[in-house]
Amino acid sequence: MPDPILKTEGLNSFYGDFQALFDLDIHVEEGEVLAIIGANGAGKTTLMRSITGLLKNGANEVSYRNEPIGHLRADQIASKGLALVPEGRQLFPSLSVEENLLIGGRVGRPGPWNLKTVCELFPILDERRNVPSTALSGGQQQMVAIGRALMSNPDLLLFDEISLGLAPVIIKTIYDALPGIVGEGMSAVIVEQDISKALAFSSRVYCLQEGRVSLEGASSTVSRDDISRAYFGVE
Amino acid sequence: MTDISQNITVSRASKASYIAAILGAVILVALVTAPLWAGRAELRLMGEIFLYLALASLWNLMAGYAGLVSVGQQAYVGFGGYMLFALTMFGGLHPIAAIGLAGVLGILIAIPVAFLIFRLRGAYFAIGTWVMAEVFRLSFAQVSALGGGSGSSLPVAIVRSLADGRQAREWTSYWLALGVVVVVITAVFLLLRSRRGLALSAIRDNELAAGSLGIDIWATKFVVYIVTGGLTAMVGALIFLQKLRISPDAAFSVNDWTAFVIFIVVIGGIGTLEGPIIGTLVFFALRETLADLGTTYLIILGLVAIIIMLKAPKGIWGLIRDRYDLQLFPLGYRVSQSKSDERS
Amino acid sequence: MEWVNAILQGTLLGGLYALFAAGLSLIFGVMRLVNIAHGDLIVLAAYLGLTVTSTIGVHPLLALAIVVPAMALIGYVLQRGILNFTLGDDLLPPLLVTFGLSVILQNALLEVYTADPQKMNAGALETASIPVGDLAVGVLPLLTFAFAIAVIAALQFVFYRTALGRAFRAVSDNQDIAQLMGLNRRHIFGLAMALALAVTAIAGILLGIRTSFDPSSGGGRLIFGFEAVIIGGLGNLWGTLAGGVILGVAQNIGAQINPGWQLLAGHLAFLVVLAIRPRGLFPRISG
Repeated sequence: MPDPILKTEGLNSFYGDFQALFDLDIHVEEGEVLAIIGANGAGKTTLMRSITGLLKNGANEVSYRNEPIGHLRADQIASKGLALVPEGRQLFPSLSVEENLLIGGRVGRPGPWNLKTVCELFPILDERRNVPSTALSGGQQQMVAIGRALMSNPDLLLFDEISLGLAPVIIKTIYDALPGIVGEGMSAVIVEQDISKALAFSSRVYCLQEGRVSLEGASSTVSRDDISRAYFGVE
Repeated sequence: MTDISQNITVSRASKASYIAAILGAVILVALVTAPLWAGRAELRLMGEIFLYLALASLWNLMAGYAGLVSVGQQAYVGFGGYMLFALTMFGGLHPIAAIGLAGVLGILIAIPVAFLIFRLRGAYFAIGTWVMAEVFRLSFAQVSALGGGSGSSLPVAIVRSLADGRQAREWTSYWLALGVVVVVITAVFLLLRSRRGLALSAIRDNELAAGSLGIDIWATKFVVYIVTGGLTAMVGALIFLQKLRISPDAAFSVNDWTAFVIFIVVIGGIGTLEGPIIGTLVFFALRETLADLGTTYLIILGLVAIIIMLKAPKGIWGLIRDRYDLQLFPLGYRVSQSKSDERS
Repeated sequence: MEWVNAILQGTLLGGLYALFAAGLSLIFGVMRLVNIAHGDLIVLAAYLGLTVTSTIGVHPLLALAIVVPAMALIGYVLQRGILNFTLGDDLLPPLLVTFGLSVILQNALLEVYTADPQKMNAGALETASIPVGDLAVGVLPLLTFAFAIAVIAALQFVFYRTALGRAFRAVSDNQDIAQLMGLNRRHIFGLAMALALAVTAIAGILLGIRTSFDPSSGGGRLIFGFEAVIIGGLGNLWGTLAGGVILGVAQNIGAQINPGWQLLAGHLAFLVVLAIRPRGLFPRISG
């Protein structure tokens, strides 16, 4: 079995004095789409922040392609080929749509994604490229956020709550685009509140509860009962 | 869970604060009687220490508690000094009455100033206070009756009216300095213990949250600003009663009345009552040993302040308090379990 | 005619104030830092210019070729070495650390150059003038104003048309997300300070040609720059030029009435703007 592209070993993450993750062990296989589900406050976003370097950890607690990265800064990790579509889009309000995309490509990794291919994926962005990013609808902003992450041609793409706060029709558009994004050998992690979406688009799933893994399994075989137990921690 | 509520006591005072109160009383008696045991030079130095301690405590109240970082307190020092001169020379007031009135006028002038500069936020507020101090300096330099740009000396008759004989004047001057620092520290202490003080602590810890709790941040800051302005003007009047000579550049010096004061508070520990006391002692210890170095001394002082700000932002008192959990002024509340329940 | 002249000279003086203000505005825009030592850094640049002109005997304007990169380097090192460690939610550390720097700079300059006022000699440039109707417009003030326009246009270009400017704006918007884009904010802040102090170098040299300066001149320059920023409106570089002009004109009109009122009139203009338009005359629409 090949080595995983990303793994955490005994990951403990803190916000000040508050511990959000406890001895967390997870891994992402090369080329797979992994789903991470869990209730609010389970530690999903903290996990994303720890992996991407926005939270500092011990060097060996997070490794990427067998290289310890837990101690690196976010910009150093980004240049290794790891990108995040953050929760709530978080576009740069003083940058135009095109500028938001361009800044995503600043890492300068070679690959299929550039301004042209991203605009082919989401044609609406081409029309609105010179508009301030704040003038877009929520769904369009999400497209920019995804495009911005793709511009760095990552090998591992993390999606944090991509459907949160969006209309169902928009969510469908975005999920329809997903196979075209992760099909080309890219690995992906999807953090989702919408469990059926998460299971439908992933091959494997972790459920987090209070900072620990409460369930791990193949997305096609885990049962609804297992999930609700893992989700809420009730018997 | 067991019910432990009956065994919990809440108190403001601690053993350390009782000891500090007793020690403080002893020190105060010693200081009041200082003219009997200290020499003239020591008396002068102690008077100066008291005045700097008063300025530092006031600046600390604003910056450390109300989040009003001013680099323009020289405005009120100079204003108070000039009021002493004007009220005694033209109003015929006794110097001590003039000092008190300078404080009242300080509050009155601080009100319109606050309305203007409270429109600036954060760091821009700081520079705004400096602009105000410049406006004060340039304005007083235009008053030819007070000597214009070159300043004037306090007439001998007014100096004599303070007390009979040089020794009596020096003693009075010393007691006034001691009195003003006691007034200032007591006022700051009582303000912090009052409801307003609780609001101040909340603002210091989290301005946004304090606002959502219904604390009127603007009014609280406004009160702190004008009270500080008045008390600083009183200290300024006393400073220039000791100097006997005033000029715009000396009265509104940013280095003398603000830079040193900021360094004192930062070194001692900002946002605590104890910090300015320790900072003042360290400042004068450094000054008495290094003053011969001139500009190098000021460079060292600046470096020390920067290093403390970066490495130990709570200052010397913060380091001591973190290690020993001490609080000399009983401001906060302490929760403790009574002895009978001390199993855990 | 005297009044027209006062307004004209004041306008040109405003160019110098805009140069004082531009660096301050840039730094605040990118990292929300207000640098109390800004004025002392302007004076430092003037002294560096003095040293360069006196040691290798070049014209002060040629000294820019050395002083500008030198100040930029100082800016980068200062930011990475000290100021980056002060940035955060708390207002006090940057304010007090730059205040400490201000005192250190002043006294270091005093140690090296003494308290005697100095001035740079720019030869014929200082007295040259162009007749305009009945008035004579000095070449140096005109050149200063041209420098101000060029510097602000260049900053505007960098900020809104280049990858570096994108990085500045991105870091200013959201430091965490910018970091995820591979931008090291410590480096970006260093570059912003380098750019700001490069502008400061130009301001310092022009100041040193125009008037005499001494180690304590910094506070006044900081205040003028600050007033220009606030009058013009935060976050608006062209507004800063307008703010500088208003300040310069107010000062010259004040001086025309009574020589002692020059500075006071400038401060009063600032306070009037603060009283009636606290966000400045030309605030940026967003944020």
